[in-house]
Amino acid sequence: MSPAKTRLPAIEGWFTLDETAPALLGSKCTTCGNFAFPKETFFCRNPLCQGREFVDTALSRFGRVWSYTDACYQPPKPYVAADPYVPFAIAAVELAAEKMVVMGQVVPGVGVDSLSVGDEVELVLDTLYEDDDHEYVVWKWRPLPAEWSSGQGRAHA
Amino acid sequence: MPDDRRIAVLGAGMHPWGKWGRNFVEYGLAAAGDALAEAGVAWTDVQYVAGADTIRNGYPGFVAGATFAQALGWTGARVSSAYAACASGAQAINNARAQLLAGLCDVALVVGADTTPKGFFTPVGGDRTDDPDWLRFHLMGATNPTYFALYARRRMELFGATEADFAAVKVKNARHGLENPNARYRKEVTAAEVLESPMVADPLRLLEICATSDGGAALVLSTLEFARRHAGTADLVTIDAVSTVTPRFPQTVIEMPNFSTDSAATAASVGPTFKQSVALAAYEEAGIAPDDVDLAEVYDLSSALELDWYEDIGLCKEGEAERLLRDGDTTIGGRVPVNPSGGLSCFGEAIPAQAIAQVCELVWQLRGQAAGRQVEGARVGITANQGLFGHGSSVIVSR
Repeated sequence: MSPAKTRLPAIEGWFTLDETAPALLGSKCTTCGNFAFPKETFFCRNPLCQGREFVDTALSRFGRVWSYTDACYQPPKPYVAADPYVPFAIAAVELAAEKMVVMGQVVPGVGVDSLSVGDEVELVLDTLYEDDDHEYVVWKWRPLPAEWSSGQGRAHA
Repeated sequence: MPDDRRIAVLGAGMHPWGKWGRNFVEYGLAAAGDALAEAGVAWTDVQYVAGADTIRNGYPGFVAGATFAQALGWTGARVSSAYAACASGAQAINNARAQLLAGLCDVALVVGADTTPKGFFTPVGGDRTDDPDWLRFHLMGATNPTYFALYARRRMELFGATEADFAAVKVKNARHGLENPNARYRKEVTAAEVLESPMVADPLRLLEICATSDGGAALVLSTLEFARRHAGTADLVTIDAVSTVTPRFPQTVIEMPNFSTDSAATAASVGPTFKQSVALAAYEEAGIAPDDVDLAEVYDLSSALELDWYEDIGLCKEGEAERLLRDGDTTIGGRVPVNPSGGLSCFGEAIPAQAIAQVCELVWQLRGQAAGRQVEGARVGITANQGLFGHGSSVIVSR
């Protein structure tokens, strides 16, 4: 049996590696409080703010689907596709506290037929691609079970 | 509107769109030659060359203005080259306009051309982990149609648009482009054919997403004074506005190639959306209202996106685009035909040439020279387009 592969983030510093409750790492401007994802590092994008300092902030782990689609054809490089290619869904998700929409793939096995605008989803980590020794992980959105969508899921945020 | 804010269009030219596989400079030269011939202006009399750049054809594409000037034969003309993705052509037109309105030159040539690879547009090569355009492909597999599809699904959810509506846009545009000699696809399609074509990014199908094309477009522009002297007439086609606006913070609609919108947590999003502001700025500059428009050329990267533009350029209120389409208002013969050229649906996208080509079509329409697709009696037209990373593009042309 081959040993388990090492799990590495597909990009450094964009999300926590907490396997049970991961979160996207955005920035918050220490001057005006503006959130941004990916993180701001130089200038606050609020035109009325002169802020140059930012703190990392974990974004809401739950949100509601703003819109969604799928990738029926294999995306070109630099996307690293499995062989054979497996289509996946993509969702743009509204985060209530941050008042922003963040895109991401939807977890494998969930197609557009089981998605609707307004559905509550949770952020998880999942494999984006792998090589012989590593699994590279990225954030993905996972629909909450229907019985949670009445708001119970938010209690975990 | 006052004469000191308008410029004249003396000539328009295009190289037919297709997948010709030749050097982009060839298409640009053909278009420039046609535009100069139509204008009755010699290349050696052009004082300013504005190129719209392509990033897929190496260094000559990055400095397109000089590339075209050298290919036409160095004359010492002043030059500029502009890149703004799909809005590059509007930037080049605006560069020329600024020179003309400032009185720095009398006659300018605007040229854009591209040679494109097959399939999805891809980011520039190399491992560029600080470039959101590279990262969205790498981390999400998000292609351009991904974003078009997010908007399409949103339309269905908010306004009850159907797949049949989206297909009807394609059917209309295919019919519009049948007789256009510069269009790449000149074939009628049925709604059934659209709806049977393979799904690319749900709910958008292959026949509803614009292809990538080779092509070239050019305009000869001048001051009004030069035009009256040169043409001996006051009956000129003029450019009355060029909008090149950027979004306003917070930009709350997800835009290609971003991962997220701005946050509206600290500053509420008020006023028009970015796409609405693109045309609004043009209307304000020209001193006209959407009711004054006889026809429009809008950027139908997807069939569904054309419906968004109806609302964003003020042809109808939000949520009414489907009705406008179903009533035939936007078909040639209707109240305000949209994409009489056939649009991107019939052309495919030759990025730096596209915003210029939209203006060429308006010029021919206003002159009554759009054989087989003429909008009768058209006096005022508007173009609308948007370039990656926040480039608005809208031009108002009148006669």
